Amino acid sequence: MRTGFIYTETVIYSAPEAFTKDAPYQTAIVTLDGGGRVTGRILGERVAIDDRVAEVEERDGVPYFRKAPQV
Amino acid sequence: MRPVAVIGVGKTPFGAFPNRDLLSLAVEAGEKCLRNGRVAPGQVESFYLGNFAGPSFVGQSHLAPYVSTALGILGVPSTRVEAACASGGSAFFHAWAEVAAGIYDVAMVVGVEKMTSQPTPRVSEILAGAGDCGGEMRAGNTFASLFAMIARRHMHDFGTRREHLAAVAVKNHANGALNPDAHMRKVITLEQALNGKPVADPLTVYDCSLISDGAAAAILAPLERAAEFTDKPVRVLGIAQASDYVALDRKEDITTFPAVRRAAAQAYRMAGVEAKDIQFAELHDCFTIAEIIATEDLGFVKRGEGGPYAFAGCTARDGARPVNTSGGLKSKGHPVGATGVAQICDLAAQMRGEAGERQIPRHSLGLAENLGGSGATCVVSILGAA
Repeated sequence: MRTGFIYTETVIYSAPEAFTKDAPYQTAIVTLDGGGRVTGRILGERVAIDDRVAEVEERDGVPYFRKAPQV
Repeated sequence: MRPVAVIGVGKTPFGAFPNRDLLSLAVEAGEKCLRNGRVAPGQVESFYLGNFAGPSFVGQSHLAPYVSTALGILGVPSTRVEAACASGGSAFFHAWAEVAAGIYDVAMVVGVEKMTSQPTPRVSEILAGAGDCGGEMRAGNTFASLFAMIARRHMHDFGTRREHLAAVAVKNHANGALNPDAHMRKVITLEQALNGKPVADPLTVYDCSLISDGAAAAILAPLERAAEFTDKPVRVLGIAQASDYVALDRKEDITTFPAVRRAAAQAYRMAGVEAKDIQFAELHDCFTIAEIIATEDLGFVKRGEGGPYAFAGCTARDGARPVNTSGGLKSKGHPVGATGVAQICDLAAQMRGEAGERQIPRHSLGLAENLGGSGATCVVSILGAA
């Protein structure tokens, strides 16, 4: 699974129709170790810019990341 | 290219109007504009409609002839332009291009959006269609959350603070409170703005523009014919449209909008002016951070200095360079397709000395910046008193 660093993030309180049941939830843009960036969801502990994250699963084409040991 | 002038403008009030439909709003703005420019419907040679999502908001497609024929404009090319929140500005740009190129003499632009017939979560979903639906939006983002991520990174890179964002909201509400056509005529304090209900961290409701109904219109003609229609023409000195990636995660640096920089550079060159010459501006404050970044990308200040610039009052009505004397999208309202055209109307009102309590003394050179999505389209227009 992919790993990388948080480029930016937000916690969403006012969600679109399809995601209102999930709110509040965190989304982030992750700079991947292999190059490029991807937008995904954060599971578990909230993350901040420059935090290290690892992908844990993919649902409906959306990557889900979790905070990883910091280096 | 020949010189072009705005010869007529017209707007509806912006707000939530449960008893008004899209057509009645578009027709009201269009008829006011025709009267203002003393133009008969039969004189209009080309018609452009700026509209983002009429088919989704109200279920009506084929909107350009739907509106133009209701105005009595028959038989001429009638074209809808969709460029997310820059739909109105893009429609204005294309109408200008036709007149500047000599294809037509009299071109009319109407921008309209009817948004409040849908509940807010559905509105968010329709607006999300202007982002990358296969990526960032599928992850659960909204436009507020995209701009929240932009704000977070801007704060990280430049030290921009919540107070800087809030100062933009306070200033635009102070201006909008004096605008009889504004959606939310309410003065707010810095404390209120800082303690608003969270929407997407770090943005609160006071950082977000409004969901509004409304329409705005403008008519363009060659400058040499302007006197036939009006004694108060406003010149289009420079104008440009530029584009960029739709998806935020495709951009190398999300704290700047390359489309704004490109459009601004071209518009400044065409007008023969520099950023420092611009006396006042209507900027696309869909979110407070967007106005701060716009002042940087347009060259009013250096990168990273937009927050302190707003906080110091430089963009207030009595500041060195007033921004959004109309109240902006924040307080005047943001009926998406109307916004870019309304900015032109608001610049014209200042230049004609018709801005009432909001009138500023230096008003002969103004700029409008209309941003689509999270920066994939930008139209910059520089207008001057003729």
